[in-house]
Amino acid sequence: MFPEAFHISIRGPINDFVQSLVVNYGFVFKAISQTLLQAILFVEWILRGLPWWAVFLVFLALAWAASKKISLVVTVAVMLFAVGALGLWDLTMQTLALMLIASLISVAIGVPMGIWLAKSELMRRITLPVLDVMQTMPSFVYLIPAIMLFGLGKVPAVLATIIYAVPPLIRLTDLGIRQVDGEVVEAATAFGGSPSQILFGVELPLATPTIMAGLNQTIMMALSMVVVASMIGARGLGEQVLNGIQTLDVGKGLEAGVGIVILAIVLDRITQGFGQMSRKERGND
Amino acid sequence: MTDIKIRNVSKIFGGNWKAALAMTQQGADKGEILAKTGCSVGLDNVSLDIPGGRVFVIMGLSGSGKSTLVRHINRLIEPTSGEILVDGSNVLDLKPKELRDFRNRRVSMVFQNFGLMPHRTVLQNVVYGQRVRGLAKDDAKPIGMKWIETVGLAGYENKFPHQLSGGMKQRVGLARALAADTDVILMDEAFSALDPLIRADMQDQLLQLEKNLHKTIVFITHDLDEALRIGAQIAILKDGKLVQVGTPSEILNSPANDYVARFVQRRAGAGEPHHA
Repeated sequence: MFPEAFHISIRGPINDFVQSLVVNYGFVFKAISQTLLQAILFVEWILRGLPWWAVFLVFLALAWAASKKISLVVTVAVMLFAVGALGLWDLTMQTLALMLIASLISVAIGVPMGIWLAKSELMRRITLPVLDVMQTMPSFVYLIPAIMLFGLGKVPAVLATIIYAVPPLIRLTDLGIRQVDGEVVEAATAFGGSPSQILFGVELPLATPTIMAGLNQTIMMALSMVVVASMIGARGLGEQVLNGIQTLDVGKGLEAGVGIVILAIVLDRITQGFGQMSRKERGND
Repeated sequence: MTDIKIRNVSKIFGGNWKAALAMTQQGADKGEILAKTGCSVGLDNVSLDIPGGRVFVIMGLSGSGKSTLVRHINRLIEPTSGEILVDGSNVLDLKPKELRDFRNRRVSMVFQNFGLMPHRTVLQNVVYGQRVRGLAKDDAKPIGMKWIETVGLAGYENKFPHQLSGGMKQRVGLARALAADTDVILMDEAFSALDPLIRADMQDQLLQLEKNLHKTIVFITHDLDEALRIGAQIAILKDGKLVQVGTPSEILNSPANDYVARFVQRRAGAGEPHHA
């Protein structure tokens, strides 16, 4: 046995800290929560309000824009049709709404953070271990404070999803910018480019394929969170899986599982398509 | 015509540069300084007068500090000590905004591996300097087209760099430098990545430009033949120190030391220098 004299508990202080956050700054979290909820509800309202064929067409158009391949468009069409045929359309739209919001916020956080990491060695040294922790910490652990601060429902689900899903985007944005050919950046500098001209005109465009790979990872990780998120009251496909587990309804769980897989494949192929296209545009070097 | 004066420039790479700088002043050599301080000496007290309107060649083997030296002129590298005067004013006094302006309007550069932006077309690459300046796309286009034609790439303006051969890419690099319309062009091993025939072609083109445009061209090379062919004056660097400065015939006929003499001897059967 490890001697008890050396025991340190961080449980009490952390509980007290979260408690005091709730008591003293509850209104701040409530405001954030309300704003976020409105955004989620808005996206959900659009996706669920649109007729199914309109969403269908948007996806087909995206698939075409991403790949210029009929085969992908047909695949996406068949898959989405399967989702509808399985009676999962509405649940899928709910999940998609959460995904879109989580991914949008992840981009808003991840890309600027990645740029910062690429520019500052100090920032990189501080952030990388934090990202490791964010990715390895069991997601249930940060669900608890998320619930305490933001209540049950969609908002803590989105936040937990972001924490889990944003690290690959930060890492790959950082990597993408670092991988930009030094001589090209030097040339832009030598011709008098300002830091922002170089960032937006050279570094970000050249890092786009890598950033797109990061976005793809982020979306995939966000999808893998939907079941966990349903445990704190997020609706959608995850809830259906959870329901299946609780009632030992294997068929129901599998149906919803297939829905999640299809959503994953469709989003994966479309984002990968965009990534490959930006790679092709600049040739092989 | 713009002349450039480099005054006692030293460049030490590494954290303990003060100690290393002191050692260079006492005449310690590169290896000794690296062993004692962990710093590497890029340039050791180099002074050069580069007259305007001609091709000035800086020659040396890899590691001699020639690329480091040329990057001091547009301050892509900051010197550890010394000063760089372009038309009499010290480049080191420029504030960030002024420095960008200086790079944009006074000095342009051609790179060994071209440094072209792979996501921009030939035309977009060529007008980069003008666009940074804030010139509208439509106004920049005729300038770009003029220089694309001058370097013999008419018809390729909408191609991307990866669709071009090495020689063509370097023509784009040259056109970009010329389109920026600066008095000074720095060329860092600009022709080293090209095969011999294209290289000779490009050298001829450069000499034509020298004659027509009266620009100050600082040309870096590791090849003595190339140096003799295009240089009005040649400076030879070794281990960050200046070994000899002179016209091609001075270098050929009175090498300053064994190092230069060895270079000259190994050059068997090469053509006559251009600036004899």
